[in-house]
Amino acid sequence: MLKNITIGQHYPIESKIHDLDPRVKISITFIYIISLFLINKFYAYFLVFLFLAIVIGLSKVPFKMIIRGLKPILIIIAITFLINLFMTPGEILYQIGFLDITREGLRQAGFMALRLILLIIGTSMLTLTTSPILLTDGIESLLNPYKKIGLPAHELAMMMTIALRFIPTLMEETEKIMKAQKARGADFESGNIVRRAKSLVPLLVPLFVSAFRRADELAMAMEARCYRGGEHRTRMRKLMMVRADYVAILISVIYVFAIIWIRFYPFGIV
Amino acid sequence: MSIKTEKLSFYYSQNTPFETKALEDISIEINKGEFVGIIGHTGSGKSTLIQHFNGLMLPEEGYIYIDGRNIKDKDIKLKLIRQKVGLVFQYPEYQLFEETVFKDVAYGPINLNLDEKEIERRVRYALEIVGFDFQTIKDKSPFDLSGGQKRRVAIAGVLAMKPDYLVLDEPTAGLDPAGRNEILNNIKKLHDIGITIILVSHSMEDIARLVDYIYVMYKGKIHTQGTPHEIYKHSEDLKRIGLGVPQVVDIMKALKAKGLNVDTDKLTVEEAAQEIIHAIRSKKDA
Repeated sequence: MLKNITIGQHYPIESKIHDLDPRVKISITFIYIISLFLINKFYAYFLVFLFLAIVIGLSKVPFKMIIRGLKPILIIIAITFLINLFMTPGEILYQIGFLDITREGLRQAGFMALRLILLIIGTSMLTLTTSPILLTDGIESLLNPYKKIGLPAHELAMMMTIALRFIPTLMEETEKIMKAQKARGADFESGNIVRRAKSLVPLLVPLFVSAFRRADELAMAMEARCYRGGEHRTRMRKLMMVRADYVAILISVIYVFAIIWIRFYPFGIV
Repeated sequence: MSIKTEKLSFYYSQNTPFETKALEDISIEINKGEFVGIIGHTGSGKSTLIQHFNGLMLPEEGYIYIDGRNIKDKDIKLKLIRQKVGLVFQYPEYQLFEETVFKDVAYGPINLNLDEKEIERRVRYALEIVGFDFQTIKDKSPFDLSGGQKRRVAIAGVLAMKPDYLVLDEPTAGLDPAGRNEILNNIKKLHDIGITIILVSHSMEDIARLVDYIYVMYKGKIHTQGTPHEIYKHSEDLKRIGLGVPQVVDIMKALKAKGLNVDTDKLTVEEAAQEIIHAIRSKKDA
């Protein structure tokens, strides 16, 4: 039941995209997100599709895996679509009772839905092709310059690493406790909302207790190995930029300039 | 009256590349009143098997009958099965959650919708049977107890449901020798009052002393079964599949090999000591 959560899941294979420097991938994802919000013409999405297709093709991640990440947010996409569809004023195309579908609404709804879908697929490409450890390494490295203004970059990255590391452990623990309480006649599935929320207490209390116990043990173990934060700490894996990274940056820069160009010097009105 | 499995098989992640066989063709019958041990090293399938006993996992292939009734029958209530077959997981103290010991032990009976008087009676019964004084323990927080005490409270939490069968998964894991003996003595007492006990462990030492019958599991199958005496005759085979035999058995075999005329069929330290004394005396007399 808890095992089908795919958001943020890593798909460990070897590919050109997997091999890219995580800092490059994070930056490109950032650029990509911005580019999505710069778009105001439908045909500009063609560029996004092209860009995504190249990334997905090179990453060798099965398309099914990528689509699976969309499932949990399908409802959000649907709601966005419907709200935009009915709430945008303009030239009326069709009427259902008091709801009007306008030409502008249709355009806006399609626009938003497409934007959301592309947003999720694009960002999930980052997590699918980058292991959590590399991801936090990359974030730490990118945040390093802000240390000067007091941002605890290393500590933030360490916290993220630990949090990610413990997700599967805590899920396993949840399942175990759930079974143990079921063996004592617990029922997590039936009853109204209040009843169900109450039935979670025997699950959550032991889970919290065990999370705190684990945190305590981990802190102790780190202390025992003389861990003391980011200062003067060397790393086993040094992040290094190679030619492929520069090529990736170049392609993304071309891509984003094309998007900007279309925004400010559009041809056609679609 | 028994727990009976028939050709029970179970696969994890079936029909995917990660498919692994957890159980294969298990057909066993555990009768009421018995004291059996299920032994096997980590990953041998023993935990998967016992989760089938109380309907936490339902059989995909094969059948399970609890007191003659198929667990997959439409009109069967899983809650009742879970009442009948109590299951104490490994490290059961991690399931404690209430403010007081009383409330925690009462969780099972409350789930069975019993009335208040019966709940109190059962909590008292369960706590006393695992060796607590009801009045002194009932208002304590379970989180203030020692490791061994917590575990006994957790076991009481299952006992309060008055199961006919009690399955215990590694009940002595992580306890010091004193705590271990206490738990094992408690379990023996439970058997004496008529509860069928199924003890799961990878430690031969615990199992040898207590149980009447042993199932040895290996790679999801029943590898061998028999009384402890029968099982330990094949000590070489047991070692091959990653299980030891009690140290006593090893020592007796070594003594025999060195020429001391002892009976190697002794399972406990006390028995063995008597046997060695006996052997040495008769040697002197000769």
